Amino acid sequence: MLSKRLIACLDVRNGCVVKGVQFEGLRNAGDPAALARRYNREGIDELVILDVTATLESRQALADTIRAVSRELFIPLAVGGGIRSLDDAEAAIEAGADKVSVNSAALADPSLVTKLAARYGSQAIVVAIDAKRAEGRFAVYSRSGSTAADREAVEWAREAERRGAGEILLTSIDRDGTREGFDCELTAAVSDAVSIPVIASGGAGTFQHFLDVFTSGHADAALAASVFHYSEHAVSELKRFLADSSVPVRLRY
Amino acid sequence: MIALIDYGAGNLTSVRKGFAAAGAELYTPRTPRDLNRASGVVVPGVGHFTATAALGKEWRLAIHRSLDRGIRLFGICLGQQWLFEGSEEDPHVPGLGVIKGWCRRLPPTLKVPHVGWNSLDVTRPSRLLTGIEPGTQAYFTHSYAADITPEAVATTTHAAPFASVVETDLLFGVQFHPEKSGNAGIQMLRNFVALCSPSA
Repeated sequence: MLSKRLIACLDVRNGCVVKGVQFEGLRNAGDPAALARRYNREGIDELVILDVTATLESRQALADTIRAVSRELFIPLAVGGGIRSLDDAEAAIEAGADKVSVNSAALADPSLVTKLAARYGSQAIVVAIDAKRAEGRFAVYSRSGSTAADREAVEWAREAERRGAGEILLTSIDRDGTREGFDCELTAAVSDAVSIPVIASGGAGTFQHFLDVFTSGHADAALAASVFHYSEHAVSELKRFLADSSVPVRLRY
Repeated sequence: MIALIDYGAGNLTSVRKGFAAAGAELYTPRTPRDLNRASGVVVPGVGHFTATAALGKEWRLAIHRSLDRGIRLFGICLGQQWLFEGSEEDPHVPGLGVIKGWCRRLPPTLKVPHVGWNSLDVTRPSRLLTGIEPGTQAYFTHSYAADITPEAVATTTHAAPFASVVETDLLFGVQFHPEKSGNAGIQMLRNFVALCSPSA
């Protein structure tokens, strides 16, 4: 049976992880490759490197980070943040990314999704959707949640799928950073509307939140950053918890 | 040296890195003639079956010739599908046809594409799977998959069972991505590299 995936997000700026990393025994807590190794040992199923600055100057640092992580980790690696063109995608993929995640640029020009899928295949294209509850619907925002995109999340996810997206990375702006749990209603609405996998993001705080999003949220995968930092064994313990709750997960790694 | 055929179906960076971790540097043959010096042949590939049309008559002949010399052939993902007679994804493009059987679209009762980690149900002993423990999962991303034929050594189920690993004396194929399947995946690549060494 297909396992539910746990995905760790590394927010990086100029080659360093920026979110609170509290692992003991890491020589350089901000080193993405060291953190990625740690996650890999614990059994993480996939990694996302998110370039939170996404400036021109950070591009080279990002490529170096991708290279360093992909050299020694043999699990899927997605890269997002500031992928605006075929050239940006190419740089990430050449450096070793298996997937690129597009957000604002795809909203501005949806044909970017079509072009990327034609060039690299759907399996390499993730469309990231940041959504916020507004008047009984889920409004899509671009530019890190700052600008209303005048789109609805379910409808945009369907279009992304039609254009060749291989997966949807769905973030609840309302829940992001709150640790109050994923927005299961939003996740289920999008997941039920498309045939491609939906990765839930935003709000992870407890193991129960993951169970909820995999059951009532119909998520295919769940992404988190800080929740995996709290303890050295968070990933493996979470997997045990999910397995004990009859959620299929990968336990042998 | 083992040859990695680049016919334009997807990026090969990950496959190269995976084999590097398994202790082998692969070379990319520029022409079918370059296969003459191959100690093993890897056909990778992601995407649409139509892309395999780039492996035209000359390549097919060269690959058949290397098989005749006893050189082992390893198809990964789309590369495994290509070992079969063809795929419903593009019935006009013939596969290599060294395994009798077809590739079909996974049933729509579950989400398709099938993306993520799924288990390998090993049905008989396999050299490619030497050292792989029961219950091991591998990373898949595909919508089409091969029939379960006598060559299948492992099956995987997503709505329906399909051949996830095939193996004969000289032919090897996996529907998943060993280069993305953690330590177990690298072990499989290492096994193939060992099978291609002169002493094997």
